[in-house]
Amino acid sequence: MYTHVFSTKKNGVSNGTLYKKTFIEHFEQAPMYVAVLTFVGFGVGTIFGYLRDFMRAWGLEKRNIAEEREQQKDFVPLYQDFENFYTRNLYMRIRDNWNRPICSVPGPQFDLMERVTDDYNWTFRFTGRTIKNVINMGSYNYLGFAETEPTALKTVTKELQKYGTGICSTRQEMGTLDKHVELEKLVAKFLGVDDAMVFGMGFATNSMNIPALVGKGCLILSDELNHTSLVLGARLSGATIRIFKHNNMQSLEKLLRDAIIYGQPRSRRAWRKIIILVEGIYSMEGSIVRLPEIVSLKKKYKAYLYLDEAHSIGAVGATGRGVVEYFGMSPDDVDVLMGTFTKSFGAAGGYIAGKKDLVDFLRTHSHSAVYATSMCPPVAEQIIRAMKCLMGLDGTTQGLQRVRQLGKNTRYFRRRLHEMGFIIYGNDDSPVVPLLLYMPGKIGAFARRMLEKNIGVVVVGFPATPITESRARFCVSAAHTREMLDTVLNALDELGDFLQLKYSRYSKSSHPELYEETRFELED
Amino acid sequence: MSAAAGVGQQWVLVEMVQAFYEAPAYHLILEGILILWIIRLIFSKTYKLQERSDLTPKEKEELIEEWQPEPLVPPVPKDHPALNYNVVSGPPTHKITVNGKECINFASFNFLGLLDNEKVKSAAQASLKKYGVGTCGPRGFYGTFDVHLELEDRLAKFMRTEEAIIYSYGFATIASAIPAYSKRGDIVFVDEAACFAIQKGLQASRSNIKLFKHNDMADLERLLKEQEIEDQKNPRKARVTRRFIVVEGLYMNTGDVCPLPELIKLKYKYKVRIFLEESLSFGVLGEHGRGITEHFGINIDDIDLISANMENSLASIGGFCCGRSFIIDHQRLSGQGYCFSASLPPLLAAAAIEALNIMEDNPDIFQTLRAKCEHMHKALQGISGLKVVGESFSPALHLQLEDSSGSRENDVKLLKRVVDYCMNSGIALTQARYLEKEEKCLPSPSFLPVCRVFSMGALQDLHEAVWCS
Repeated sequence: MYTHVFSTKKNGVSNGTLYKKTFIEHFEQAPMYVAVLTFVGFGVGTIFGYLRDFMRAWGLEKRNIAEEREQQKDFVPLYQDFENFYTRNLYMRIRDNWNRPICSVPGPQFDLMERVTDDYNWTFRFTGRTIKNVINMGSYNYLGFAETEPTALKTVTKELQKYGTGICSTRQEMGTLDKHVELEKLVAKFLGVDDAMVFGMGFATNSMNIPALVGKGCLILSDELNHTSLVLGARLSGATIRIFKHNNMQSLEKLLRDAIIYGQPRSRRAWRKIIILVEGIYSMEGSIVRLPEIVSLKKKYKAYLYLDEAHSIGAVGATGRGVVEYFGMSPDDVDVLMGTFTKSFGAAGGYIAGKKDLVDFLRTHSHSAVYATSMCPPVAEQIIRAMKCLMGLDGTTQGLQRVRQLGKNTRYFRRRLHEMGFIIYGNDDSPVVPLLLYMPGKIGAFARRMLEKNIGVVVVGFPATPITESRARFCVSAAHTREMLDTVLNALDELGDFLQLKYSRYSKSSHPELYEETRFELED
Repeated sequence: MSAAAGVGQQWVLVEMVQAFYEAPAYHLILEGILILWIIRLIFSKTYKLQERSDLTPKEKEELIEEWQPEPLVPPVPKDHPALNYNVVSGPPTHKITVNGKECINFASFNFLGLLDNEKVKSAAQASLKKYGVGTCGPRGFYGTFDVHLELEDRLAKFMRTEEAIIYSYGFATIASAIPAYSKRGDIVFVDEAACFAIQKGLQASRSNIKLFKHNDMADLERLLKEQEIEDQKNPRKARVTRRFIVVEGLYMNTGDVCPLPELIKLKYKYKVRIFLEESLSFGVLGEHGRGITEHFGINIDDIDLISANMENSLASIGGFCCGRSFIIDHQRLSGQGYCFSASLPPLLAAAAIEALNIMEDNPDIFQTLRAKCEHMHKALQGISGLKVVGESFSPALHLQLEDSSGSRENDVKLLKRVVDYCMNSGIALTQARYLEKEEKCLPSPSFLPVCRVFSMGALQDLHEAVWCS
């Protein structure tokens, strides 16, 4: 009952023979009363929202939002009143849980700037104090490379002194530094592919290169829960987009068959090419893509695969090479390997890697190479040193230790949360752990109480998630020690009882180790 | 009691049967047919129009076997110029080492010469020691650092607006700002020579785009009048359709400025909002470097949104938008490049703050820059075969061929020879790069000598080199 493999609600039935190790994912559904209460919660919030809007319109309550200029009052209104209803009335109440400013390195612990609000979250004021050593469960610091140790940052400091901070030029003009060439060779070696190209921003990597690869007359099959950058890139390309259910291979296969058999709509011409867009780890669900099945489908139907490894590069796999290594597959199976350096490498930017002609084409035709600035040198150096550490090229086994530590931390954290009785989504090996809260009131309560206990968490609600499935999302890091994780887990235990968050119907005892004791005093 | 009820029921039944016998025949037949039709519809199978093909499973398999996609990428010729790009070793400052050869740098957009400024570097070093390199998260999830808040504050104060918002990449700034306000059904009037980032922002917004000729206010007015006539036909729709004009302060593709005072007049006459893109003019125009609004002496509140990138004058990475809080605050929840992307690394934000400090403390560098630009503009005027395109105070000029040979490829080849010759003589220049198939209005091929603050003596060399080629 604990290892109930993928409920059919989300992922469909899978073909188990392609997987070399067990693939366990959980998407347990909460009891019905939870969904009902969630809707009731939103309903109450909406009613109060209308009431407050009414009072504001009639001047019974102060208007706190910024207003249009007097001279421009007769222009067409910039925002529709209804669009902002949710922002004004629901989001504004719990706004203090987001955009929390920090003033230290985003490592396993950080310092938060204390801010208070005098007018119910409309404006904030900094008291000047900092909350020190808050445990960081929100930053994407999977391998713990966000650090300020002088020895670690020695080369970065040197490069910053040598190169400065800016580039002021695009890749094709005067912006290709020798650092970029070095970095690209290293990335290609790390991933085991022919060649790679790096870009200055992860989001822009997707939105500027997908339009270069596909155009009108092509078909994009994109997962339901793909990131905004993938969706934007797909829309900008002008190709036809069809969505398949999240990680559901039957849905994908049906779309592929229909696409090839019936061709383009109305004209019935054959599609020029078909590209499947998936991510390695989905950041809101914590699920890992079913790569072996997708690759077998892609080979059968001659489609191309674009894999966005923003969260999975460095975080899964025996040596941190991503989902390709996690499933024991070869990087040649994936046509376009894309990833970002923000999460596991503690830097910024993105890359695309693959065969040589793919990368050559992108060097000449990518929008970013022609119009956007290249990556800045100290950031490139940080990636180089992190990658060398991971590959063991700096002479230590620190990289491998970090990957192993992350795996241990992930499995421990997830196991304990399951035992406590929370509903956790996602794969057992994914360091992204979404914990379901469901009700809107609990979002604010959870985040605030965790901060009181000196733990910083990330909560997400509508519209980033479906309206009934608000969640708290934990990002486990290799830099977290066992004590930190235990502190967090104890706090979660307490808070879970207080807020009634333990919805799972499969909970085990919360202290199994007590039952493993086999000391029995025999009384004679 | 029950007997009476039973009798009552019986009565109803009898009435029904009687009515049945008394009804006219056609009525009964019609009802019978309708009932039969309903039964048929309930039990018939539903089908989708698409699947009404007569393909057997075997034929479907054959179709799947036969289909051949195009290759993922078309092959690229080996001698494509972008494949043999110039590799710069060492910092891209005043003297630059390109492909192993040391040249004077006329190619980077380092207008104020802040790339190798020691104060900027030490500010970045201090920030590196404190914060590390990356921010490991978007602004909403613990990616907001105090340096970001400070930079936003300083930019807002410098530009004298209420609020500013920072993006982590220059291209993404305007490309996320436009779709946050302009949606499907809205109308945007944009200049033909707008840069690629603006074009992508417009494409992402799915609004109606109307292009007007470059810097031609009469053309713009004509389009606005046409729109007014349209509005009168459908006033209800007109009341909810937002209108915007998107222009650049200093155009990247042509090197001239937009006539802002006339635009302001048109704004109030036709009730359109203005979005101004100041990537090249921020830190260049105006007495204190505040951009084109200072250059023309216009009240900055008249412009709805000013967007600029910090990659030119501020010698950092990233971009910002500034304006009134009413407008800028909206982007914090709906700017895609802001909400869904990691924030700017703190060392770059600290470098930008220091660069702003330098700009505020030494307002005379703008005068120096302008003087140099004028000098360069004059010096390059007399070269035979090439014409200078751009304003005299613009730091980025275009040198185009006077008589084009008719084919773009030959022009590009000739310009490349000129650039190569200059490189060999120690001047680093670059050709203006465009994606030929993607641009809406492709500018003629040219190369871009870029003027910077500390380039006095080098101008002589440039002059000679270009003259000789």
